[in-house]
Amino acid sequence: MAAPAPAPTDFDGSGAWCLSSDVSLRDESFGALAYHHGNRRLVFLKSADLVALVRRLDQFASADEALDSLDDARTRAGCRRALRALADAGIIRGR
Amino acid sequence: MAVDSPLRDRFELGLAAPICLTWELTYACNLACVHCLSSSGRRDPGELTTGEARALIDEIASMKIFYVNVGGGEPTIRRDFYDLVEYAVERHVGVKFSTNGTRIDASAARRLAAMDYLDIQVSVDGADEATNDSVRGTGSFTAARRAMDELAAASFGAFKISVVVTRENVSQLDDFAALADHYGAQLRLTRLRPSGRGADVWSTLHPTREQGRELYRWLRERPEVLTGDSFFHLSALGSPLEGLNLCGAGRVVCLIDPVGDVYACPFVIHDEFLAGNVRDAGFGVVWRDSELFATLRAPGSGGACTSCGSYDACRGGCMAAKFFTGLELTDPDPECVFGHGEAALARRDGAVPAPRADHSRRVPVTLSAR
Repeated sequence: MAAPAPAPTDFDGSGAWCLSSDVSLRDESFGALAYHHGNRRLVFLKSADLVALVRRLDQFASADEALDSLDDARTRAGCRRALRALADAGIIRGR
Repeated sequence: MAVDSPLRDRFELGLAAPICLTWELTYACNLACVHCLSSSGRRDPGELTTGEARALIDEIASMKIFYVNVGGGEPTIRRDFYDLVEYAVERHVGVKFSTNGTRIDASAARRLAAMDYLDIQVSVDGADEATNDSVRGTGSFTAARRAMDELAAASFGAFKISVVVTRENVSQLDDFAALADHYGAQLRLTRLRPSGRGADVWSTLHPTREQGRELYRWLRERPEVLTGDSFFHLSALGSPLEGLNLCGAGRVVCLIDPVGDVYACPFVIHDEFLAGNVRDAGFGVVWRDSELFATLRAPGSGGACTSCGSYDACRGGCMAAKFFTGLELTDPDPECVFGHGEAALARRDGAVPAPRADHSRRVPVTLSAR
């Protein structure tokens, strides 16, 4: 049956985050596709940096800490925006 | 979901695996819709066995294809239908299946409602019995409504109501939306294509240009209505519709037919678009290595359309619609919003290609009352 969409979580960078267990990731030349089996959202992760970050979010105490591990400021800013969108889509969730 | 242009360019070069894989489980059907894309009716004796179907699901799972669009024919006619659906969802391959609803009784609805990762599309092609049954056959509207009632009674959740937009039902768009609201369902509209038996009715049933403009305006106001990227040819009218707005054939889309043949998209069951068969060395090899798909993914020429200011919006339209109306693939879409397709149709010469496999029944179908 069609599962109800989970309520989008407000993205709080100081919190701990991880990839939702309902999500499958598939690597693609441009980054990756993420699909949420519960809410049926298909999302495009448009850089390899973002894909790597999302995959190891659960290893950091907070999303901010994970973002700080990125060297390039522009990449960091882009990834922060992307994490917010991924949280809205339920692709990543607070843990 | 609108997709930015650089990403769309990447998609045109193809993906590691399809986003939208349609798998038609059987050519058998208890209806005989006049526009059937696959000319379904009779089961093909060479259809994949349960074992072969399971092996294909294993491969689909290993390729991380997130879901399959299951159709037919009427997929529920296969005796192993529920087994295959369960086998897929257990492996985290979501199933979205299309049905005419005739076989969804109370017990089937309960069984379906108990499964995760499952979406159902019930097809109707008119908001009333007369409009629907003229396309799908006598009794088909009542049967589809009964299936919707059973799904609602079993608390299935938000199923989909799937409509092929025709010249006869385009005036009923608000009624379809009301029908979907009545059930808490999602409305899905798709394009009538001149594929399969659709070739016989396309010229009289495809929406007129003015109706196409109405449809575009209606869809623009209702981004929640699903279209499966069906109407990207209409995006030439202005702002793009929701979706990828490109021909995904062999790039992000493909079809596996009941005998395991792999075609570039669900609307081109023809030798020219046959990429291979899953029985040879599996599906992945066909997807990755077929010469046909390599050609479809190569940067192509927009042909006559490149000089049009709207080429970036519609990219020349639907390959299948051109092919089965006898146009060249570099011609405009036959339903080009500027009328360039109509001009091309008037100029065409020679025969229109016939579909590869016709499984239509040889006797008229009557739907028995239950």
